[in-house]
Amino acid sequence: MSTINLISVRKSYGHAEVIHGIDMDVTDGEFIVIVGPSGCGKSTLLRMVAGLETITDGEIKIDGKRVNDLEPMDRNIAMVFQNYALYPHMSVFDNMAYGLKIAGTPKQEIGERVTTAAKMLQLQEYLSRKPRELSGGQRQRVAMGRAIVRKPAVFLFDEPLSNLDAKLRVQMRLEIKALQRELGVTSLYVTHDQVEAMTLADRMIVMNAGTADQIGAPLEVYNDPQSEFVGGFIGSPPMNFIPLALFEENQITLPKSLREQIGEDASNIKPTLGIRPEHLELCSERQGIFKGQLRYCEPLGAETLIHLGLSNGALLTIRQKAGAYTPETGADCFVFFDPDKACLFGADGKRLRAHDTMHYEEVQ
Amino acid sequence: MSGMVERRGAGMWLSHIGMLIGIAIVCFPIYLAFVASTVEQQAIVRPPMPLLPGRHFIANYHEALVAGINAPVWRMLANSMVMALGIAFGKIAISILSAFAIVYFRFPLRQTFFWLIFLTLMLPVEVRIVPTYEVVANFGMLNSYSGLVLPLIASATATFLFRQFFMTVPDELAEAARVDGARPMRFFFDILLPMSRTNIAALFVILFIYGWNQYLWPLLVTTDPQMNTIVMGIKQMFPSGDDVANWPVIMATAILAMLPPVAVVVGMQRLFIKGLVETEK
Ligand SMILES: Nc1ncnc2c1ncn2[C@@H]1O[C@H](COP(=O)(O)OP(=O)(O)O)[C@@H](O)[C@H]1O
Ligand SMILES: [Mg+2]
Repeated sequence: MSTINLISVRKSYGHAEVIHGIDMDVTDGEFIVIVGPSGCGKSTLLRMVAGLETITDGEIKIDGKRVNDLEPMDRNIAMVFQNYALYPHMSVFDNMAYGLKIAGTPKQEIGERVTTAAKMLQLQEYLSRKPRELSGGQRQRVAMGRAIVRKPAVFLFDEPLSNLDAKLRVQMRLEIKALQRELGVTSLYVTHDQVEAMTLADRMIVMNAGTADQIGAPLEVYNDPQSEFVGGFIGSPPMNFIPLALFEENQITLPKSLREQIGEDASNIKPTLGIRPEHLELCSERQGIFKGQLRYCEPLGAETLIHLGLSNGALLTIRQKAGAYTPETGADCFVFFDPDKACLFGADGKRLRAHDTMHYEEVQ
Repeated sequence: MSGMVERRGAGMWLSHIGMLIGIAIVCFPIYLAFVASTVEQQAIVRPPMPLLPGRHFIANYHEALVAGINAPVWRMLANSMVMALGIAFGKIAISILSAFAIVYFRFPLRQTFFWLIFLTLMLPVEVRIVPTYEVVANFGMLNSYSGLVLPLIASATATFLFRQFFMTVPDELAEAARVDGARPMRFFFDILLPMSRTNIAALFVILFIYGWNQYLWPLLVTTDPQMNTIVMGIKQMFPSGDDVANWPVIMATAILAMLPPVAVVVGMQRLFIKGLVETEK
């Protein structure tokens, strides 16, 4: 029941700037996932919202109110930590009740709220146990419970599932999503796992070395990446990148629609073509746009990943339905793709769009 | 336990015999002291020494406790108890608070303070005893409990120990408490202190015995026999010159002096081990 506004938020440790100005508006009840590789500043950003790190520059507003100088407890937030951070000497009940106790909530109300949260998280039987007597998944739930009972305006999650095994992670992921929907609490969720990001997010922030490369709904980010980094980070296997120079070297004529995007002279922009594995198809020599040598196949059951070696040594991944014809290892394969599905990126890694290149031509 | 090598037959017997011999060597002098505290004066001074307890147990111990030689032993035991408990609790309270400050707060010269505390590790009581005496005397604390306890309370060792322990406590715990709305001292009392109870128990045992066994310092600051501690009291019981030593009473005093530290070790050991098993994260 809250909005969050980040206004050119920056963070420096000493002279090293680790967050280079992030802007974002989160609407009420939205589930925002901050995703990016390790060390890109996700936790730092979240902790600034929590009030655990000072904000070097810019402004953070919760519910329209500037919170830069407020203590965490005065920001009306609750946080779930990666290692759960449960108080080891307190029972599950006391762990969940601690924040309420400090806030001076009446005993009876504490009891009711904790019981409700425990019921929601199937923790009723464990209320008197100590954290060490719980499994990883149960501890995770207690950490969630501790956040829920406070009825905060904002939930903050810092990689809450990364200490769990793969199966439990999928299960808890669904539970978190359901819980957030049910409670309708605005949430910021940090993860390095792009699958988690895709499945949980209403909108996601893809972070790259302290900047937000793209903010958008998961499928929008997947289908229309703003930068080479986003294309490579979101999606598994990642987007294929082929330097356009490779096509020229091999005297391959590009499809017309792509040539138009680049303009006359590509030598300055050194564009790269990005295409998702599922948008590549094996085909006959006549239809093929380019060719490669089949290095190896990975049959995954429902689908098969085919890896081709290109003439520049790079690998290209093609995603096929399981039943489709697979050539033998070492065979030359011809590849076709729909030019509309391809993305072009400039030398700086930014997406090239038709109007960008037109602008570029004008300048020339 | 199944992983342990199981010894059988001769090996087992040999190791048990070895251990029994070791125990006997350690315990024999204590046993002799006990025997000496239960016989009459004449039985001791006339060789050979008796090896079996005599029939004067109650008489000797009663005399020691109530009359003593310079001061009644119960009085000296009480003095020692006050001093040992004062030192143990004082040291723990001061060092846990300074460790808390050093680990959890950023203040100017934090490292300097830490190293200053650390430096005092190199200055045991004996080295600074003359200036300390001067200070205590000027404050008029001679022959008082505060004079016995206060100068021995500062403890670099315990501060260092708590500092090391606090640094192993995950930062997220302090952050979670902060998000929950706990101010620093609340975090200290609600979370850090209960989590440190194993360390506190272990330190208490060590510090209680340290305090109990103090000899030189009480010898300096107490001149009134009513303020003597038990450890120095035993020494005071030895006669000077030609007087005859009342060995049974001295031995009874020695045995009595041993009991509180033994009780603390035995009593705290259970808590200590229980704590060790429980707090594993
Ligand atoms: N206390 C700190 N002092 C200096 N640098 C820090 C500190 N905390 C984080 N950093 C740096 O900030 C960057 C972002 O860290 P973090 O937000 O933890 O990344 P992640 O995306 O993995 O959560 C990293 O390069 C890290 O080295
Ligand atoms: Mg992180």
